Amino acid sequence: MHALRPRRERPADADTPQAVRGGRGRRRVAIATVQVALLVGGLGLWQALASSHSIDVSFYGDPVGTWRQLLDWIHHGTTEGPLWQQLWVTLQETFFGFAIGVVLGVTCGIVLGRVKLLSEILAIYIGAFNSIPRLVLGSIFIIWFGLGMPSKIALAVLLVFFNVFFNAFQGAREVDHGLIANARLLGASRLAVLFHVVVPSAFSWLIASLRVAFGLAITGSVVGELLGAQQGLGTLIAQAQGYFNPDGVYAGLVVTTIVALGAEGAITLAEHRLLRWRPPRQTLEPET
Amino acid sequence: MESSTGPEAASPDRLPKPPPLLEVRGVSKRFRAPDGRARTALDDITLTVQPGRFCVLIGPTGCGKSTVLSMIAGLVRPSEGAILIDGQPVSGTDPRTGFMFQSDAVFPWKTVLGNVAAGPRFRGTPRREAAELARDWLRRVGLSGFEHYYPYQLSGGMRKRVALAQTLINGPQILLMDEPFSGLDAQTRQIMSDELLGLWEQLGASVLMVTHDLEEAIALADTVVVLTAGPATVKKEFAVDLPRPRSVREVRFQPRFVELHEQIWSCLSEEVSLAYARATTSP
Repeated sequence: MHALRPRRERPADADTPQAVRGGRGRRRVAIATVQVALLVGGLGLWQALASSHSIDVSFYGDPVGTWRQLLDWIHHGTTEGPLWQQLWVTLQETFFGFAIGVVLGVTCGIVLGRVKLLSEILAIYIGAFNSIPRLVLGSIFIIWFGLGMPSKIALAVLLVFFNVFFNAFQGAREVDHGLIANARLLGASRLAVLFHVVVPSAFSWLIASLRVAFGLAITGSVVGELLGAQQGLGTLIAQAQGYFNPDGVYAGLVVTTIVALGAEGAITLAEHRLLRWRPPRQTLEPET
Repeated sequence: MESSTGPEAASPDRLPKPPPLLEVRGVSKRFRAPDGRARTALDDITLTVQPGRFCVLIGPTGCGKSTVLSMIAGLVRPSEGAILIDGQPVSGTDPRTGFMFQSDAVFPWKTVLGNVAAGPRFRGTPRREAAELARDWLRRVGLSGFEHYYPYQLSGGMRKRVALAQTLINGPQILLMDEPFSGLDAQTRQIMSDELLGLWEQLGASVLMVTHDLEEAIALADTVVVLTAGPATVKKEFAVDLPRPRSVREVRFQPRFVELHEQIWSCLSEEVSLAYARATTSP
């Protein structure tokens, strides 16, 4: 997309001296160095405290133990089967939960955002439903759907749905009236207005919420597994907890975190693709 | 219509008049103000636009000029009176009408090409054909080479060109323009006005444009209609008998231009002062 570099409104680009660019690169290296130092320092301190018996390893675990646990899972598999199989189960639950939750949330959000009467009728129920501590419903889903994947998917859907729903709802309501009027005058049918104006406009709200939503999908599936399952990363964590093995809990968390980071990368790519019509903004994230 | 009886009024009786393409007949519009009381924005507006004529509505800020356009476009219903296009009452948006908005109403998520092709696509033209047509229009408004840019990457003037092409590609018989060049600097405005005149002379559409810039109004129009400060009604119509084709920049130096400017300004200035006094004294 950099072939389409804005020609104007990027004064920094017009007269970028090499020095500035070089400065920026050096800055990035410096930041990365500090970031790595913080990680190493934190883990090192923890390990030092554990090795010197300042903290009780059997309660708090330590990085080396966690690493060993991970290697053990990778080489010898877990009590529930190979690690990749557990990962695959959790990934599937997360993916289906995310996909179903997003589709439902976007659809309901846009419909209610556009049909005022419907939103007035349903607002009270949505508000009430939203204030239920939703993770608790995981228990009921296990009763309804059993120990397999469907109960975890249901929990993930529930978490994702509300997050996406409110953003889509807001997005559909905040659509520029001028744009809708323009589309109608250009000859757009109601359906065309929906797909050419309302949906793209709502998407700019939605995309930001998708990262959070994916995090919630992982939460839903892992917590669902903690509540009761035979497979999955949450099961590994629950097992480790049962065996009083803090390193096992950490190892489960590490794998979950890697999944979440990977997904975040994928969503960022999708965001760049879908929102390339928006002017580049200053963000806290490093430029890619 | 009493406003057309003055010596400098429009509709000279030399020619048999063709039937008006657009007729606004005794239209009023009342809104409910936030305090619950009804407020009359437009009061008994009557005006006609002949086929292929360029008519400009001018009046003080906030007098309801834009509402007139919205009603003709079928976006707002009049409280009273009727709006006729080709003798048929307007009900909802009409394919013969094009509207260029004051603000940028281009779709920010579509490329320049996608924006211009939107109208034909909405009206059922196949994708490839619509793109061809859009390319042709982009060439006409001087935006060749910018097909794949997004609106945010363009300057204000370029976005206006996109909006113009987007509207004209549908071949409207009536082109409604609501201060289309507001927000542009004076030079760009002049260039855009000239280009608009050029395109309009080729197309032969009727134009009804709203502005509060009197020089722009006289330079462009066949007829200038002065509206009163709210509630707006037609105060007077002026025929602009400057020769065409005109150059927006040069026409200002003609003695007749200066004369018209004097006449219309003396009519308009009372309304402007009235609107200004109201805006500054009432809360």
